Amino acid sequence: MLEQIAEQIPLFFGYHNVIFILQAAGRTLGMTFAGCSVGFAFGFLIAVLRQTTGPVLFLPRLLGIAYVEIFRRIPFLVILFIVLFVIEPLMPGTSLFGIATVSVCLLSTAFLSEIIRSGLESVPMQQIEGAKVLNLNGLQTLFMVILPQSWKVILPPAAAFVVMFIKDTSLASQLGVIEMTFAGEMLVNRGFSPVLGFGVVLVCYFAMSYPLSRLAIRLEKRLEAS
Amino acid sequence: MKHLEIRGLSSAYGSVRVLRDVSLDAGKGEVVSLIGPSGSGKSTLLRVLIGLTPPTAGEVSIAGEKVNYRNRRSVKAVRDRMSIVFQQYNLFQNMTVLRNVTVAPIKIKKRPRAEAEEDAMSLLERVGMAERKDAYPDELSGGQQQRVAIARALATNPEILLLDEVTSALDPERVNEVLDTIRALTSEGITMLIVSHEMAFVREVSTRIAMMDEGRIVECGSPARIFDSPTKARTRDFVSKILKH
Ligand SMILES: Nc1ncnc2c1ncn2[C@@H]1O[C@H](COP(=O)(O)OP(=O)(O)O)[C@@H](O)[C@H]1O
Ligand SMILES: [Mg+2]
Repeated sequence: MLEQIAEQIPLFFGYHNVIFILQAAGRTLGMTFAGCSVGFAFGFLIAVLRQTTGPVLFLPRLLGIAYVEIFRRIPFLVILFIVLFVIEPLMPGTSLFGIATVSVCLLSTAFLSEIIRSGLESVPMQQIEGAKVLNLNGLQTLFMVILPQSWKVILPPAAAFVVMFIKDTSLASQLGVIEMTFAGEMLVNRGFSPVLGFGVVLVCYFAMSYPLSRLAIRLEKRLEAS
Repeated sequence: MKHLEIRGLSSAYGSVRVLRDVSLDAGKGEVVSLIGPSGSGKSTLLRVLIGLTPPTAGEVSIAGEKVNYRNRRSVKAVRDRMSIVFQQYNLFQNMTVLRNVTVAPIKIKKRPRAEAEEDAMSLLERVGMAERKDAYPDELSGGQQQRVAIARALATNPEILLLDEVTSALDPERVNEVLDTIRALTSEGITMLIVSHEMAFVREVSTRIAMMDEGRIVECGSPARIFDSPTKARTRDFVSKILKH
């Protein structure tokens, strides 16, 4: 078997294969980061919405809670298929990559919203009352008092979630998105050794997630120091 | 006309009534202290005054103007004229001492930064915290934090200052530095409502003392009257018990 692998290596790392693998890695990262960035933005809005009180925003608040509670409980694969079957007839021609990215958005909005919410709620009540009695308004309190104090609670689990999602996007292969996992499978189907094909996939996943984990740890340390 | 007038004020947390028909007033520059056992509603009274806890009945007027606690603008106007310092965690943890003191003058009162910082520095000077202007709250002792909190409360030029057990969370050796700071303020014409268990201090600085129990003001009078010849058994009990400690 080792002989076979050694024999295949020059061919495997040929120009076209490398491009193919890099493109697949790009799709994996693209889905994850585009999806999670949008998810972070929407998750943030929902988390802030849930901190409001009073009747004016009652309905949006309720919808926000319902969204988070429902979408946190649906498996990613199911979301992928739901999005596929909803988007296909409405917007024919949408790429599978687009569909997968939207799915990542939907799911990460729910999870990141919960992470952000617990960060916001980690700030002691006295800090918020202190802002109120100085006549700071809601937005000033949020951006000048609450958020600067909640980053260090939000960041570690949020980064862990994104790193985890790099792996979970492999489910998009079920839809036919040629991301990292699917690319490995295709190469193996073309006759390359599974050890070689999936070994490279494994290394790629590691190479994509490890720097992000390190970055998160460094940011966390920086935040803690300040 | 009294500077601060409280008439028949009541408040409740859910169905639990914690303030019952409280009436109290304070003339301009007067120092009125609230004493009483814990749970008697002292903090709640201060919280209602500054609009953190809604009243269920009664009236509050400042310099003759009635406050409407259901109206945002009216509450803002109250907070413009009134500051409060709590027992602990007053300072914004993410801001330096100087920033804590200037944030309201700059963002709310729209004063130029240089001017606000100059005033903040002279306030910090007064509370003995000028050298620590660039420190973060968690680098300061509890007593230092409370002195900065007092400077911050003064930075908006309040007519009325509410102090809620500002020394209760401090190590005993830190209490006096904060009491000294407050003592120095009592002659500046700011009307003060002080909740404190430091009886010697209360007796010394107050023009009047109100004894609270179970959400009511049991008795109100001069320090001499409250401490030396209280008319109510409840006051006698409380005062003798706390002075024994
Ligand atoms: N947020 C709250 N929710 C419910 N009950 C409260 C709350 N805050 C205070 N109380 C109750 O209200 C009563 C008065 O409390 P408080 O005003 O803090 O008294 P004091 O400051 O005199 O110790 C107490 O019985 C207390 O348990
Ligand atoms: Mg209290």
